[in-house]
Amino acid sequence: MTNLPVPALSEGASVICLVCILLVPLAAGGLALINAGLGRSRSAAHTMIASLCTLSVAAIVYFVCGFAVQGFTGQPTHSFTAGGGRWDWLGAGPFFFRRFDLDGSPASLAAGFSMLCVGLAALIPLGAAAERWRLRAACASTALLAGFTFPLFAHWVWGGGWLAQLGINYGLGHGFVDVGGSGCIQVVGGLTALSIVWILGPRRGKYSSSKMPNAIPAHNAVFVILGAMLCWVGWLGLNSVGTILFGGSAAGQTLLVIVNTTLAAASAGLAALAVTGLRFGRPDASLTCNGWIGGLVASSAGCLFIKPAEAVVIGAIAGVLVTYAVEWLEFGLKVDDPGGSISAHAVGGIWGLLTAGLFARFPAQSGSDSGQFMAQLVGIATLIGFVFPVAYGLNQLLNWLVPYRVSLEGERQGMDLHELGADAYPEFVVHTEEFLQR
Amino acid sequence: MKLTGFLMLVAGWVIVLASMPLLASMKSRTIFVLAGLGVEVIGLVLVVRSHVVLEDETG
Repeated sequence: MTNLPVPALSEGASVICLVCILLVPLAAGGLALINAGLGRSRSAAHTMIASLCTLSVAAIVYFVCGFAVQGFTGQPTHSFTAGGGRWDWLGAGPFFFRRFDLDGSPASLAAGFSMLCVGLAALIPLGAAAERWRLRAACASTALLAGFTFPLFAHWVWGGGWLAQLGINYGLGHGFVDVGGSGCIQVVGGLTALSIVWILGPRRGKYSSSKMPNAIPAHNAVFVILGAMLCWVGWLGLNSVGTILFGGSAAGQTLLVIVNTTLAAASAGLAALAVTGLRFGRPDASLTCNGWIGGLVASSAGCLFIKPAEAVVIGAIAGVLVTYAVEWLEFGLKVDDPGGSISAHAVGGIWGLLTAGLFARFPAQSGSDSGQFMAQLVGIATLIGFVFPVAYGLNQLLNWLVPYRVSLEGERQGMDLHELGADAYPEFVVHTEEFLQR
Repeated sequence: MKLTGFLMLVAGWVIVLASMPLLASMKSRTIFVLAGLGVEVIGLVLVVRSHVVLEDETG
């Protein structure tokens, strides 16, 4: 029965960590722009203000109780012993960051970093539920995510919990590996998005009476592409900080992380471009950007432990997967996800977690790699078998208290006018009428 | 159907979880983990089906 070692950071690693943490909000800005751009113009301002509100709620709730639940390796936890292993299942830190110095120690850097990560996770459902999710409901749902779902899973992985200890306790490689948050941030956010979309149902007019989906085009492709570029910069910070804090990388290895992240995104974007070009005759800008994001997401889990050539392969497969997943969700499962969030974040994230078991090679002194793939499978099973039902159940309960869906009249007017009282582009008169029976 | 699906998701996870402390050999653990994932896949199919049927009914 052993505990994970408390990581120690060199001064150089701490400085790189701090600088890279500053890049992470760019990923949030990028995701917000993608969500706004992929929606209709009548809800653009609402999507952006909802992004700002969810980021704010996520940061405050995480400060109040999130970090207490998540904790960090070496901090107090709730645990029990079963089958010869220690099952560390919940952080036992103080609320409100009390008795906790924000002094650049690994624990304090993890707290600051995770506060930004939870905001990223909270933005993912906004893209999927855009144009029909009320602002107050989005804020309430974010509080659940930031106060419970995200920190609990993050404790199990980043806080030295039972998933991280699968290697030490049960000989499964190095335990569940997810240094950049493919699972902790992306799959948690993606599965929450799927729960919320199922609770909300599709936008009015999305499906015809014959159950075929109608195309509702993105209103601003430039926002989407700019958002994808900002996400790239943000992800460089996200993966770099994650590998230093949770992967124990040295400062110099940050370059490998940067190269792998960039290559995965590049190959994913190109793969999505090629697939849409071949299938539809012309490349599709929004699907290419979703593929790009899928590559970034997939790169996160094992970016420190793979070779650049493997990053290219991982990214290319992620790009293809995301492209087909978007279509499968829309046509096969009748899931209306205007931002492609579920495909890019949940599907891309699960693929990223699998690749950490397939391709990752760890330093020889850190122990055997045997059983690593199984550790990744246990983590994925936990996301699908625990996080998803919990997210669905909690959001369903919350939906009874704070109705999620905007009224039919509100949806017809557009979220901007209905909830904010003003359009994002008041000088334009747009809108086709999707509410007529076809 | 939806509730059954979600219960099967959780049941699959419990099977995966139980294999860690209860089984010692890697082979039997692998079988249990794969079995647990299989139960989760069936649960996921049920949940998805229930929502597709619901969308079809409500239009």
